[in-house]
Amino acid sequence: MFYNISRRVLLAIFAILVLVPSSIVVLGSFKQDFEIYTNPLALPKHWSFANFTRLIHEGNVLTPFKNSFIVTSFSVVLTLTLASMCAFAISRMITVTGRVLFLLFALGLAIPGQVNIIPVYLLFVKLHLTNSLFGLILVNIAVTLPISIFILTTFFKDLPREMIEASGIDGAGMWRTYRSIALPLSKPAMGATGIFLFVICWNDLLYPLMLITQVDKKTLPLTLIDFRGEYATSYSMLFTAIMVASIPMVLMYIFMQKSFVAGLTAGAVKG
Amino acid sequence: MAAPAALLYGFLYLYPAVSNLLYSTQRWDGVTKPEFVGLHNFKYLIANDLTFHKIVGNNIRFSFIVVILQTLFSLLFAIFLVKNTKSNIFLRTVFFFPTILSSVSVGLIWTFLYNPNFGFINATLKSLGLNSLALNWLNDARFSLYSVAIAQIWFHTGQMVVIYLAGLQQIPQELYESAEVDGASRWHQFRYVTWPMALPTTAVVVAYTTIQTFRAFDLVYSMTQGGPMNSSDLIVTNIFNMAFGAYKFGYASAESIILIIFVLVITWIQRRTLRVKGGEK
Repeated sequence: MFYNISRRVLLAIFAILVLVPSSIVVLGSFKQDFEIYTNPLALPKHWSFANFTRLIHEGNVLTPFKNSFIVTSFSVVLTLTLASMCAFAISRMITVTGRVLFLLFALGLAIPGQVNIIPVYLLFVKLHLTNSLFGLILVNIAVTLPISIFILTTFFKDLPREMIEASGIDGAGMWRTYRSIALPLSKPAMGATGIFLFVICWNDLLYPLMLITQVDKKTLPLTLIDFRGEYATSYSMLFTAIMVASIPMVLMYIFMQKSFVAGLTAGAVKG
Repeated sequence: MAAPAALLYGFLYLYPAVSNLLYSTQRWDGVTKPEFVGLHNFKYLIANDLTFHKIVGNNIRFSFIVVILQTLFSLLFAIFLVKNTKSNIFLRTVFFFPTILSSVSVGLIWTFLYNPNFGFINATLKSLGLNSLALNWLNDARFSLYSVAIAQIWFHTGQMVVIYLAGLQQIPQELYESAEVDGASRWHQFRYVTWPMALPTTAVVVAYTTIQTFRAFDLVYSMTQGGPMNSSDLIVTNIFNMAFGAYKFGYASAESIILIIFVLVITWIQRRTLRVKGGEK
């Protein structure tokens, strides 16, 4: 009895704690400022997309949206390609090289990427890769390779040996086996890893903050930080910006919930 | 086949990590010629830099609060939601939702909630007649760190619930059935079945959350920038400000080396204690 009541109360409290701020943001993006301050949870008096159009024209939010999209999609596709190749090779290597490679990548899991910000920045200044979307893509790949390789190697090691060996007997080389056997079998694992990478790259703040200063190269999280100063007193605009930045994630979450949750938890467990 | 990944990783991850060691022995503003100072940066950080000591203290407190509360809440909610009923599945979706937001969005949302004048928290408190509790959550040095910690817990609890659920659902149902036959109370079932069986999951959750709190940056940067008076400053935010605000690249590198050592030592201690506990059961 006591258990059931406290269970219900605690679950309700946390659900409210999640739903109330989310509703304030969603409703707020259709409201005017004074409505947010006086009654944040009420429905807007007039549903209007004025904030969105203002943000597009005045805040030029489509440019960072496009930049984020380019950086994220290239980072995810390239990381998945490089990581799956590398993980497949490692999982097939019984030599010392395989173990050493795996340990080197495991080292990257132990050292948080954040401690690398200064040397990476100085290196990128030397290579003229600051203020460049290509530079951001490179950083993203380097930072997310260890975790991706870790997840995918564990996956490839669990693939049935017979299939790989059979394809070897049939005369298929390493590449052929990778493309025709390993990749098709690993679709779910790749999907989950891909979503995990997508969330990391889409939401990343630290590296863009350090590497990008030019307005036309900024990504969404950076622009949100700028908006905080620009619209310091206008939460309707800030909430609208948050909506724009979150829409791709929310859509992915709704339509691919299973892989989404699998990806984000695999990343945490393995990391 | 492993070459492209290995090369890129070596050049953009391992090589910077090693050159970090070199930078940490220099005094350098990023423009003039770097000056070799040996271990001076480390000596100064450890012996003299009171701000840095305060920040390390902040980070340890931040970690403790977040690790303990987040683990506790996520275990509790996972136990509550372990059965696959419709309402439970719906609540899991709701609880997981903050995880998909960007940290900057979460930071901005909580900045609004905490706003002393028109923020939702103080407005609610005032409407309940609790004016004395309507504090200046982010701009008061006594509360800022804890206010950020609450946002952090809000942000990541749902993800940990899902990890716990995966662990709890692997516990054989028979254990609970036989415990019930023996007349074990709910508490005893938790104490003697759930807790020991979920210990490996707890190890994962605690380790992950600890690392997460030691590399925390985004929330602090978007909510308080470490202020007021460094009261919510954490190690990574301080490294960032030291390098890109004060242009002390060598000094900031030395801070990052200390952070690496911190993280490695903590990971090692946690592995050891949890392995000892695992051996017990």
